[in-house]
Amino acid sequence: MRLEYFQLIDRIVELRLDDRTISTEATVPTTSTIFEGHFPGYPLMPGVLLVETMAQTSGWLVVAANRFERMPFLAAVKDAKFRTFVTPGMVLAVTATLLHEGSGYAVTKASISTKGKPICDAVLTLRVMPFPNEEMSQQMRAQADRIGFPSEVPAHG
Amino acid sequence: MSSTFETIANIIAETCDIPRDSITPESHAINDLGIDSLDFLDIAFAIDKAFGIKLPLEQWTQEVNDGKATTDQYFVLKNLSARIDELVAAKGA
Repeated sequence: MRLEYFQLIDRIVELRLDDRTISTEATVPTTSTIFEGHFPGYPLMPGVLLVETMAQTSGWLVVAANRFERMPFLAAVKDAKFRTFVTPGMVLAVTATLLHEGSGYAVTKASISTKGKPICDAVLTLRVMPFPNEEMSQQMRAQADRIGFPSEVPAHG
Repeated sequence: MSSTFETIANIIAETCDIPRDSITPESHAINDLGIDSLDFLDIAFAIDKAFGIKLPLEQWTQEVNDGKATTDQYFVLKNLSARIDELVAAKGA
């Protein structure tokens, strides 16, 4: 995880379009300026960044389902529950399931756990639209390569 | 038709916290009920699930933007009900 750059996913563990599921992994950094404020003397991963981690994992699933031709943007978060604290150095297992692919939107259910212990979960709605520009498309493809987006899903058109 | 309208009226009432009595077949989802595009995603999700269809929201939006259709055709609830009935019929054909 590079919290300051919002690069929250370290690698894709498994992506199964037939099951409409994805698993990713992310290790919370041991140091970050974010922990200087959240909280002094008691560093905790902010809940909003856990939501973003679930959104990014969901997003890669939606990107794959759309064969890298469309980009998901977080639109709504429902039923978000944070069950335990997340501290520096923790290894997070993130999963998402595509509940529905609508016209111009998708709905996922995502969750995070560590060592089998549930951390948080939520239902996310994402708007799905064409990439706003070529630069963003290229950046997303570079990110995909970085986190091991599977080659059998056509990441390069 | 009437059951389709009842279903979507109930969905709208529950999703957007709008009094069910104020939702009629003549209501325009946007102009009369004040439903915005984000709330309409929730409604579309519920409609898609309830009827086993995929509302072609992007196509409708494009047609409106291109001047080929009016919002009345898709967002007045009696018309929306008719579009849903068409999609359900097409699915079963």
